Amino acid sequence: MSRTEAYDPREEEVLARIERFRRKRPRLKEDAVNLAHGAGGKASAALVDAVFVEAFSNELLEPLGDGAVLELPSGDRLAMSTDSFVVNPWRFPGATIGSLAVHGTVNDLACMGAQPTWMSVAFVLEEGLAVDDLRDIVEDMAEAAARAGVTIVTGDTKVVNKGAADGLYVNTTGVGVIPKGRRLAADLVRPGDKVFVTGNIGDHGMAVMVARGDLNLDADIRSDTAALNGLTETLLDAAPHTRWLRDPTRGGVGTVVNELVKATDLSVVLAEHALPIDRTVLGACDILGIDPLYVANEGKLVAIVPPDEARAALDALRAHELGKDAAVIGEVRAEPAGTVLLQTSFGGSRIVDMLVGDPLPRIC
Amino acid sequence: MKFVDEFRDPAAARTLVREIRDLAAPDRHYKFMEVCGGHTHTIYRHGIEQLLPDNVELVHGPGCPVCVIPMGRIDDAIHVARTPGVIFTSFGDMMRVPGGSGSLLEAKAQGADVRMVYSPLDALKVASDNPDRDVVFFAVGFETTAPSTAVTLLKAKAAGIRNFSVFCNHVTIVPPIRAILESPDLRLDGFIGPGHVSTVIGNRPYRFVTRDYGKPLVTAGFEPLDVLQSVYMLLVQLAEGRCEIENQYTRVVHDEGNPRALQILAQVFELRPHFEWRGMGFISQSALKLNDAFADWDSELRFDVPGVRVADPKSCQCGEVLKGVIKPWECKVFGTSCTPETPIGTCMVSSEGACAAYYNFGRLHDVVATSDDVTSLPVA
Repeated sequence: MSRTEAYDPREEEVLARIERFRRKRPRLKEDAVNLAHGAGGKASAALVDAVFVEAFSNELLEPLGDGAVLELPSGDRLAMSTDSFVVNPWRFPGATIGSLAVHGTVNDLACMGAQPTWMSVAFVLEEGLAVDDLRDIVEDMAEAAARAGVTIVTGDTKVVNKGAADGLYVNTTGVGVIPKGRRLAADLVRPGDKVFVTGNIGDHGMAVMVARGDLNLDADIRSDTAALNGLTETLLDAAPHTRWLRDPTRGGVGTVVNELVKATDLSVVLAEHALPIDRTVLGACDILGIDPLYVANEGKLVAIVPPDEARAALDALRAHELGKDAAVIGEVRAEPAGTVLLQTSFGGSRIVDMLVGDPLPRIC
Repeated sequence: MKFVDEFRDPAAARTLVREIRDLAAPDRHYKFMEVCGGHTHTIYRHGIEQLLPDNVELVHGPGCPVCVIPMGRIDDAIHVARTPGVIFTSFGDMMRVPGGSGSLLEAKAQGADVRMVYSPLDALKVASDNPDRDVVFFAVGFETTAPSTAVTLLKAKAAGIRNFSVFCNHVTIVPPIRAILESPDLRLDGFIGPGHVSTVIGNRPYRFVTRDYGKPLVTAGFEPLDVLQSVYMLLVQLAEGRCEIENQYTRVVHDEGNPRALQILAQVFELRPHFEWRGMGFISQSALKLNDAFADWDSELRFDVPGVRVADPKSCQCGEVLKGVIKPWECKVFGTSCTPETPIGTCMVSSEGACAAYYNFGRLHDVVATSDDVTSLPVA
């Protein structure tokens, strides 16, 4: 029996009203920036719209992707992306802020279908920072850049008064070349396309949370941070009509899939049973009341692949070291437009919405 | 995680759902209240409402610790947080709850030193790490979280940590259940009892529910199978004409509760004569305060807490939602002016709040085809 038949018509009306309301772009209401504005959810989008888009508006910026595609007079195309890294602590199991700063920008470029080539690095250092710490971080960056095949070609250093920064902040900007004929874009996505994730989700976010030491959790969780340009090339060789790629960093898989459906007015149905999650990460999420779908990753891709290339894509990804746990986690549908749904392992279903701000642990 | 998998087994769920459908008399409508916000979260997160037959309705009760704190107490907390020299510590999900004039998150953005902690012991550590600052812990929650606050106070006293105090808002579960049962506008057929609270207080304090009001109660765990089984157990009782306190959560809950925790609570706290509940008004002897032996660690005595009273916004029907009189979507402002981004009422703030859970997880029930596997690949 369908529950729809039993619905009170007033409930249907309320639900329809909420759907209309929910699909509006969020509006900035606060007078002061708060931490939710940096969490990648609705509050972040509202701030970007109200302040940055308002001032900088142009057609290259408007898609608000992780980078811009720049077309040269020759017809060649470059991708450009920038990111800042403020993670604390700087060291966590599996990585440092240095390798993270390289991988973050490399991965943004890779997700645009570009082959990352050049990179700039800018530091904001707090007075009192130990030079040995800085050296460690920079060496980690150099190694990460060499592995990813990018050259650090320019940079900048600023020092601020003690107390004005949390040790150090790093900004990286990268430029890459997009091979001729390659295009990845949300508008290529069609109902029936398969949703992939290239490995276990939530490792990075939970590794950092545990490394902060304020959870009193003694869990062996390592960040997954890695440069994904090799993996994207593997995928695109095997499945050349791959529609869209995104690295699910801040906000996790739940957020990037929401960004896709909002951009396309399509729907995505995810299957909980298929989500690859490390058991320790899942346990830590359960204890904290945090949904792993919203936990950050730094070495994973979400890919939308047409169904006839899905098998080849899965085989190719799983043959790659960084994609060995790759899985098909869902499918693109036409309805309900602009919405992500989850089939729960338990046999029910629910909506996976954009987060408002940072995921906050529950009380009990 | 074998332990968890056993309680999320889809095959066992299908069997239980079938038995529930067989038991529920087709000519009858059943209305059960899950008292605890943790249950509400489980129900929505796993899509349990959809699995139940239409004539078995779950109503969300007052057991979300965030949802029941009145706006005035948030304003008092912000007042303390803004006191020069104070480090104000709070659980994460309290930080977004709006008072009459903003939230702790907004106060933090405006310069107050508000820090998120995961336990009161973390707050005590902040105090011992910052001996020149006054560290306040915003204590909220039912009997579930109160013992850890009590243990922290005992430690603070034993270690002589004087720059630490507790702004106590702990509440107790029995008075609001009684208030709901006294409510003339609600007809319930039984209760899914609060598992976490019962680990501390046991099952005996609920005897009045069966004895005085003739409603069955099944204390339940928080995994989805726990909730389904509790619904089943309630239906069995009704079918057999029984009205008893039953314990589904036997792996954790004992009838007599946790005597050590109860003893610690008695050592540190005493009942307040009255406490205001969000949307439910003042309820007698429904909350805890620090007793005289811990007066030195009581933020309400140490700081000039203004004791703000803020009437709930006229449009907000949190009280009726918390009492299960209306469904979240029936509230006048649900989903329009009251959303998770701009919550008017507390039920919209915490993920355990009935409104936030319904808003985030519970819409568009009918649109998901659950029969086909969306992850299947075409055969090559």
